[in-house]
Amino acid sequence: MAPILDINNLYKNYGATEVLKDINISIEPGDFLVLVGPSGCGKSTLLNCIAGLEEITGGTLSIGGKDMTHVSPKDRDIAMVFQSYALYPTMSVAKNITFGMKVRGVDQATQNAKLKDVASLLQIEPLLNRRPSQLSGGQRQRVAMGRALVRDPKLFLFDEPLSNLDAKLRVEMRTEIKKLHQTLDASIVYVTHDQIEAMTLATKIVVLKGGIVQQIGSPAEIYNNPANLFVADFMGSPAMNLIPAQASKTGPGTQIAIARESGETLVLNDARDLSLPEDVILGLRPEDIAEAGFRAGDGVQQAACMVDMVEPAGADTYVVSELGGKQVTARLHAETSAQAGQMLNLAFDMSKVSYFAKETGERLN
Amino acid sequence: MTDLSMPQTQTRSQSATGKIALRWLLYVLLGLFALYYLMPLFVMLTTSLKSLEEIRTGSLISLPREVSFDAWKTAWSGACTGIQCEGLRPYFWNSVLIAVPAVFLSTLIGALNGYVVAQWRFKGANIIFSLMLFGCFIPFQVVLLPMARLLGMMGIAGTIPGLIFVHVIYGLGFTTLFFRNYYVTIPAELTKAARVDGAGFLRIFWSIFLPLSLPIIVVTVIWQFTQIWNDFLFGVSFSQAGTQPVTVALNNIVNSTTGVKEYNVDMAAAIIAGLPTLLVYVVAGKYFIRGLTAGSVKG
Repeated sequence: MAPILDINNLYKNYGATEVLKDINISIEPGDFLVLVGPSGCGKSTLLNCIAGLEEITGGTLSIGGKDMTHVSPKDRDIAMVFQSYALYPTMSVAKNITFGMKVRGVDQATQNAKLKDVASLLQIEPLLNRRPSQLSGGQRQRVAMGRALVRDPKLFLFDEPLSNLDAKLRVEMRTEIKKLHQTLDASIVYVTHDQIEAMTLATKIVVLKGGIVQQIGSPAEIYNNPANLFVADFMGSPAMNLIPAQASKTGPGTQIAIARESGETLVLNDARDLSLPEDVILGLRPEDIAEAGFRAGDGVQQAACMVDMVEPAGADTYVVSELGGKQVTARLHAETSAQAGQMLNLAFDMSKVSYFAKETGERLN
Repeated sequence: MTDLSMPQTQTRSQSATGKIALRWLLYVLLGLFALYYLMPLFVMLTTSLKSLEEIRTGSLISLPREVSFDAWKTAWSGACTGIQCEGLRPYFWNSVLIAVPAVFLSTLIGALNGYVVAQWRFKGANIIFSLMLFGCFIPFQVVLLPMARLLGMMGIAGTIPGLIFVHVIYGLGFTTLFFRNYYVTIPAELTKAARVDGAGFLRIFWSIFLPLSLPIIVVTVIWQFTQIWNDFLFGVSFSQAGTQPVTVALNNIVNSTTGVKEYNVDMAAAIIAGLPTLLVYVVAGKYFIRGLTAGSVKG
């Protein structure tokens, strides 16, 4: 099937400032694409470019196989949900939802039928006669989604739709959006700065920084094989441990030496056949460092480390130790006996390690 | 504990008395100011209801011994403005014919201008808005000659449409400013959502922005109506016999005396000329305050 959204060499400048540089993204029907990055990375601008609300400076963009580079937003067959919901304040909920159809001259009977469908899907029937100002945040969110759903477009665009909700409601709505995506089999482009939202919702993630795509991939790819130090650090909470280390070849495998301020150098062996420069940054997720005896496998290696801090977090306990001049976090089970100021045997899963070049930050393995 | 609380209550009641005294002082002061400002109106009203005989013999601030509306009748339909003696009536209607379309047009165009400048940011939008703002501060005397020339070239010199044109042009600076400042507080996402929904430039204005604008429309209408109705300079410069607004006619009535100066007629004419603006304030006054403070409170 043809890609539902195809972006080729897209550039966007404001005057002399390049906001987006050489963006290439393509998604299939049914994909849930999440654009994620820190604020100011250009993700919302990219979404506005897809919607046609911003004119692009260079490149092409097609939706549903048709070139839409210079087509106005109303003819792109898209619907958009905004961060502030952008409900029309003087119209009732029903009028908000049907406004688009009214503008397009859809007949009254169809309007009513579609309104009824969407209202029952989102469970907002009792609200139809209310004004947006009389709704709670979550209800406004639903109405905004209703306004998008009623269009039945080729592509849905979501611009940080959950960031104005409180934490509990945000998790609820996140689940609902995921459910909607599954029921409707819709194609969605979703912007967020929240990497957890990105991980839970996406079938495909684009990580942006400074207007440049850092990595495109499935949530698992992004999480397990980050393309560079930025992605490694941005995705995941607590963040991936990034430890300066010395690599040297030993037979088929690789020996990794990590300097420690207190005590002797920590030496670990990676069985994989890698060609690494001497100075590397070693990346290891907190969950890939366990208490000795709780993790088994080919790549697992044990070493005694000084525990600097113990942070119980309910389901897990985080243990912080100093390695290579960095605070390294390990995710242990809740009942661990680890105590600050004591030595603890930690198991490092070396088969999960990512290596990055010290200068460029690019992934090496 | 109980004896400890005694002095506290005492000071509290003392300060309460002080507060009440202060409050009364405030009321008395405000009352005095109000009296001072209402004095001229009182003199005008009483004088307009007196006969000439009584004005000559009585005191300025005394109430009329015999209430008579003759002066009002004369002012409305018989007083002389130069050689004609038709009273204020024809000029009053001139003013209505000038003010109503001019207020309507300048408000509508100001709303559209404000909507464009605030919501459709184009290159140079800020410069254009600054220039319009600058237009608010140009003294009207400066533009009299060029405007007279322009009206002549357009062939509407000395006509009511000519005066409407002048008032619309010189109102735009303010009306644009009012609407722009109001619309700037409306999130840009609203326009974006409507564009995605398929609405165009005018549809968004008509269906989304105008229904939101009642408070600022009231402010603009009051402002413009007061300006245009009370205008004398443009009225006297760009009109001719038959198209003069009420302010010019009032001046002519007061200044063209034959023999005795009819103070009662002058006063009645002045009140008639001022009534419409007074009425607009009374009817729409509460929206005026509300509109001026709008935007500071989220809806």
